[in-house]
Amino acid sequence: MTPYVSYLVVAAVILPTVMGSITLLALRHRLGVSRVVSIASCAALVAIAAALTVHASGGTTESYALGNWRAPFGIVLVLDRLSAMMLLLTAVLALAVMAYSVLTGVDRKGWHFHPLFQFQLLGLNGAFLTGDLFNLFVFFEVLLIASYGLLLHGQGPARLKAGVQYVVINLVGSTLFLVGVGLLYGVTGTLNMADMAVRVAAASAGDQGLIAAAALVLTVVFALKAALVPLHFWLPGAYGATTAAVAALFAIMTKVGAYSIIRTSTLIFGEDAGPLAFLAGDWMLPAALITTAIGFLGLFAARTLREMAAWSVVGSMGVLLSAVAVFRVEAMGPALYYVLHSTLAGAALFLIVDMIAKRRGEHGDALTVSPRFCQSELLSGLFFLAAIGVTGLPPLSGFIGKLLILVGVRAAPGAVWIWATILITTLIGVLAFARAGSRIFWKSASVDGEVPVRALRGRTGGVVVAAGLLAALAALTVMGGPVTDYTGATAAQLFDPQQYIAAVMGETSGGRR
Amino acid sequence: MTMELLVASAIAVLTAAGVYLVLRGRTFPVVLGLAFLSYAINLFLFAMGRLVINRPPIYDKAAEAYTDPLPQALVLTAIVIAFGMTAFVVVLALRTFLETGTDQVDGRDDGESRP
Repeated sequence: MTPYVSYLVVAAVILPTVMGSITLLALRHRLGVSRVVSIASCAALVAIAAALTVHASGGTTESYALGNWRAPFGIVLVLDRLSAMMLLLTAVLALAVMAYSVLTGVDRKGWHFHPLFQFQLLGLNGAFLTGDLFNLFVFFEVLLIASYGLLLHGQGPARLKAGVQYVVINLVGSTLFLVGVGLLYGVTGTLNMADMAVRVAAASAGDQGLIAAAALVLTVVFALKAALVPLHFWLPGAYGATTAAVAALFAIMTKVGAYSIIRTSTLIFGEDAGPLAFLAGDWMLPAALITTAIGFLGLFAARTLREMAAWSVVGSMGVLLSAVAVFRVEAMGPALYYVLHSTLAGAALFLIVDMIAKRRGEHGDALTVSPRFCQSELLSGLFFLAAIGVTGLPPLSGFIGKLLILVGVRAAPGAVWIWATILITTLIGVLAFARAGSRIFWKSASVDGEVPVRALRGRTGGVVVAAGLLAALAALTVMGGPVTDYTGATAAQLFDPQQYIAAVMGETSGGRR
Repeated sequence: MTMELLVASAIAVLTAAGVYLVLRGRTFPVVLGLAFLSYAINLFLFAMGRLVINRPPIYDKAAEAYTDPLPQALVLTAIVIAFGMTAFVVVLALRTFLETGTDQVDGRDDGESRP
């Protein structure tokens, strides 16, 4: 491995750690400098992740042994196409959310926003890069602990109530994670995921029951993070109650669950695992289809725009996981494309809803008819575009994503169900957003008077950030060819775990193919 | 054989108590339940290195065989994380009670007067 790549891989984890510590210890009372440091850190992460993605697109899997302890004895960070892509997505989203928070003054609402944000990025980047199952647990804990703080940022009774539930359910999830990790360690004697893949493939018939149990326990944990029905109950409450900027950042948190499912299923419990291959798929597919249905039906049950945005996250996770759950290479590529789309679209919707709520005075984000408010035309346009993105209508990338998923699952068993669910729920989503939009913008246009304009921090800045996220969706559409080539190659790489195993376990520390 | 039975039933009892308490309505039993669950998991992780007695985990000249040191390291990590999380959840529960006047995990009014 060329040295600069190894430095970049480890920098993606070190940089937020250092920046988080600096903003926590040295810049506690200096918000201005904290903001500069935080934004600089996010921008640097975008640059690092972009360089890593360019490198990974060549198809090599790079393994970085921390402290130069060789795998499987040491802990490794592994960079392949999937981790690089997720790093880039995280960095872009983090930069947008950080810009929005600074411009609208969200970070003034409480203490330690910037350190928590950086530690959140540390957890996310670490989870995407690590090649060690116990380390995945540790990075999960890091990102969860930071997310508890961010969720409660700004406080208030509703937020605290949602926070208690979110913390308790995630602590139970962490306990289950340890059960799964412990079982796998007990049977295979290793925690390195590549080494584990080799040993699971060679496991005796007597051990397979235990491995299957561990695999399913881990899937339950990851499904909890990914808000798969029936483990989705925490999401609408938590995302609906927290600050909009934080909810937008949390759009990537559910994807960590999806990432972990994809990583463990293809690497450890993949085709080589014999009778254990893709064990979780049978359970996940029906659950994912129900998630899609419940998520989009929830749009009608929502009483506020924020709840609608939260339910749309559930729905998009359902669509994503139904494509993942068939575990076919031709469906995985579209699923990864949809990951990119749904994260950015969900975040954009949260930010736009927040701007609408702030301008409507006492009406907030409730689905009521109110007098006109400032920037109402501009925001209605943005809301329209975000709704198109979230529901998956042309011309934005959601349409391409859903179309590719439909094509990708065509040969899979249960394809009829996936087609029916995705097509019907899209219609439901369109109806729900049309209802909300017409009530808030159209009917409101005929009401006399105007909501008094309050002094609002970052009136144009917030709009620019949200428009930037929508522009990213447009870019995903225009660059559809290269992006789907990349995700397709990623899927092919995922379904060829030998390359990953060789890179981690290989004699040469470089691990080139 | 007795040791395996003892350890296994200890884990089982701790888990059962933890699950029961986590399902209670008020935050304090839930916090205790989480603590019980983490004790159960610590024992479980420890047992995953196989139960052996009188063996050193790291280098010892006189030793003929070693016990697995890795689960001990994992348990240490798990203890630290569980300890920190318990402290956090206690503070969070207290803060929520003081601010919302309810001690129920689902946020329902529990019919007691505010503090």
